[in-house]
Amino acid sequence: MKPSVLALARRAFLAALVLPAAALAQAPAATLTVSAAASLTDVLKELAPAFEASHPGTTLRYNFAASGVLIQQIAQGAPVDVFISADTETVDRGIAQKLLDPGSRRDIAANQLALIVPSGATLPVRGLADLARPEVRRVAMGKPATTPAGRYARQALEAGQLWASVEGKVVPADSVRQALDYVARGEADAGFVFRTDAAPHADKVRIVGIVDGHTPVRYPAALVSDGRQKALAGDFVAYLLSPAAQGVLARHGFAKP
Amino acid sequence: MAGVPLSPTARHAICSVPRDVADDTTVRREPDKETDTMWQTLQGIDWHPVRLSLQVAAIATAVALVAGLALGWLVARTRLPGRGVLEALCMLPMVLPPTVLGYGILVLMGRQSALGAWLRAHFDYTIIFHWHGAVLASAVVALPLVLKSASAAFAGVDRSLEAAARTLRQSRWSVFLRVTLPLAWPGILAGTLLAFARAMGEFGASLMVAGSIPNQTQTLSMAIYDAVQAGQDDIALVLVILTSALSTAVLLASNRLFTARSS
Repeated sequence: MKPSVLALARRAFLAALVLPAAALAQAPAATLTVSAAASLTDVLKELAPAFEASHPGTTLRYNFAASGVLIQQIAQGAPVDVFISADTETVDRGIAQKLLDPGSRRDIAANQLALIVPSGATLPVRGLADLARPEVRRVAMGKPATTPAGRYARQALEAGQLWASVEGKVVPADSVRQALDYVARGEADAGFVFRTDAAPHADKVRIVGIVDGHTPVRYPAALVSDGRQKALAGDFVAYLLSPAAQGVLARHGFAKP
Repeated sequence: MAGVPLSPTARHAICSVPRDVADDTTVRREPDKETDTMWQTLQGIDWHPVRLSLQVAAIATAVALVAGLALGWLVARTRLPGRGVLEALCMLPMVLPPTVLGYGILVLMGRQSALGAWLRAHFDYTIIFHWHGAVLASAVVALPLVLKSASAAFAGVDRSLEAAARTLRQSRWSVFLRVTLPLAWPGILAGTLLAFARAMGEFGASLMVAGSIPNQTQTLSMAIYDAVQAGQDDIALVLVILTSALSTAVLLASNRLFTARSS
């Protein structure tokens, strides 16, 4: 019996080597890789089928994370075609580093920053100033170094002279969606996310208010300088600006750019 | 001093050279630019994560050692029904993704869990976003290494020596402390050092449970992750070299103990 088991194992091993290669060989002609801000996760997934249908043979591949993480990946040579950030600053930096094509830059949407609490919260958090109260122990927000939502939140707290008293309570999240999760689980007493992140989770988090005192939230899209699918990438950005796509963005709560 | 622009050379002297040496300008060599930027990098690094990592790993290893000794004994020396299943369950953290572990701890200890809610209500305590959470996660991943080496070491002890001690009217506990443990010790210690190295390297589960809060719960591995994400490659490099050196030292010590036992 033993040799046949060995032969079987060898066959399985060879198959494991060959199968991925076969899968690669069957891949469609064009794959467009889009690195986009985490807050765009749901809306871009919804927009994908229509774009793929209008470009037969094209597959959209999404990579969602904090904008600062995405630009860092692009700087290190990640094969990305389109970059969409949740702030203008990260795109400015990408253009300054010649990672992004300045001529291709278009704002595709706008958003607002929201202060949220867990839906069953008993703490009296009604505004930014309440975050300085001692009962509020943990405040979730994206890491200001890499996450636009975290940077907007810090700007707002600094503008309200509150950063010094809130900084020690901050639980830094990898992306705005992780900050949302911390609040939704009730592990953080309050948090900062975009309005569009909180809206679909009304059962778990409650929006206390819209936060201002920060630079306006804009989503600029730009083509990556080293991208291999420039024409297709341009089509994708144009599609995001089309009335149909803008309608879907509006339905998800995003404002006109 | 205020308002006087400092040349890079002067700044270097103030930063890096002790005052008595700096005063003696004749012996001071010109600092080159590379050491200057390196020094600035070192100054910009927050060393708290290094201390916290050592602290978390030490406590986690102590917890894993106590639990691992007891479980290793159960597995190697008793006929307890279901001990095989128990061992397999304790070994799981070695093969499961850290995310599973992190999720498990969040579900069992989080605010919405019965235990988490009880601890919060009675002691105003939560392990989530607390460095104790990192200790728990690290102890769970370190346990299999202690357990495996302890059960192997206990199984390797010559039973006739224990029997001889029993004929000399030693109690079971006394035999364990005076005969079994000293004979099994090198193997257990080697496994414990391995467990310490593993606890130092814990990242995923700790991040999910304790978060990466600067000066509170941010361990060395999290500080590296944050530095890479933010593009601070120079800081990441220094921390990577540091953690690699620490872990290499621990592994060398562990290897030496393993070879000492087998020879």
